[in-house]
Amino acid sequence: MKKENTNIKLSRIDDTLYAFVSGEVDHHTAKGIRQAIDAALVSCSPDCLVMDVSGITFMDSSGLGLVLGRYTKACEAGISFFVQGAGERVIRMFDMAGLDRIIDYKEKKTDEKNL
Amino acid sequence: MKKICENTLKCEFPSLSQNEALARSVAGAFIMQLNPTVSELADIKCAVSEAVTNCTVHAYPNTVGIVVMTMKAYSDRTVKIEIRDRGVGIEDIGCAMQPLFTTDPEGERSGMGFTVMESFTDSLRVTSRLGRGTRITLTKILSKVSPVT
Repeated sequence: MKKENTNIKLSRIDDTLYAFVSGEVDHHTAKGIRQAIDAALVSCSPDCLVMDVSGITFMDSSGLGLVLGRYTKACEAGISFFVQGAGERVIRMFDMAGLDRIIDYKEKKTDEKNL
Repeated sequence: MKKICENTLKCEFPSLSQNEALARSVAGAFIMQLNPTVSELADIKCAVSEAVTNCTVHAYPNTVGIVVMTMKAYSDRTVKIEIRDRGVGIEDIGCAMQPLFTTDPEGERSGMGFTVMESFTDSLRVTSRLGRGTRITLTKILSKVSPVT
């Protein structure tokens, strides 16, 4: 049984790759999201990666691994990395892991619907 | 006042990754009877998700085993959730519970599972025996419900 991944939508605007992550992010769903973003990073080779997390309804530590992993990948490739649209729960998780010290938050300007 | 166990639920399921969502939904449905706050509900669901993910990833690596989840709701609004497996066990619990510690750096695990469980509950108890399995007990005391005016 293979389902289409509904947790991730990717969009490229100029030199920026937007990754809109939505729904429940756990160990089960994180793998597909990770693969989709990593494949897009290779095919688009953007200058900037923005992870939009505003559509996330649930996230556990697998989501932290997902964000931290993409941050590391982007840094290694010289791509700037931002997180936008983080809600209270997501920020609480980020703070717990100290991600707030390394990750830049971006004010939400780009909406999935406006692309 | 002696606390009385008012409700219980026991379920078991295979350690498949899709059951992480199932387990946290069941735990959420169980505590809904106690009218928790949105934050308390999210905390419990997240802690359960971490514990069940540990069973999927660490207790039964490359195999599928049985996970048993038992929930108890007490009259003083304490909720106890026990999640146990008969997997490989944890060699050094103190080490496993360190923030950012992971045995699986390639798999992009954050190493924050136990830290999340600890932060989102009032107490976390871990007992484990190598080759015999692990038992996690999460305790959360829900806030008093304010009467509707």
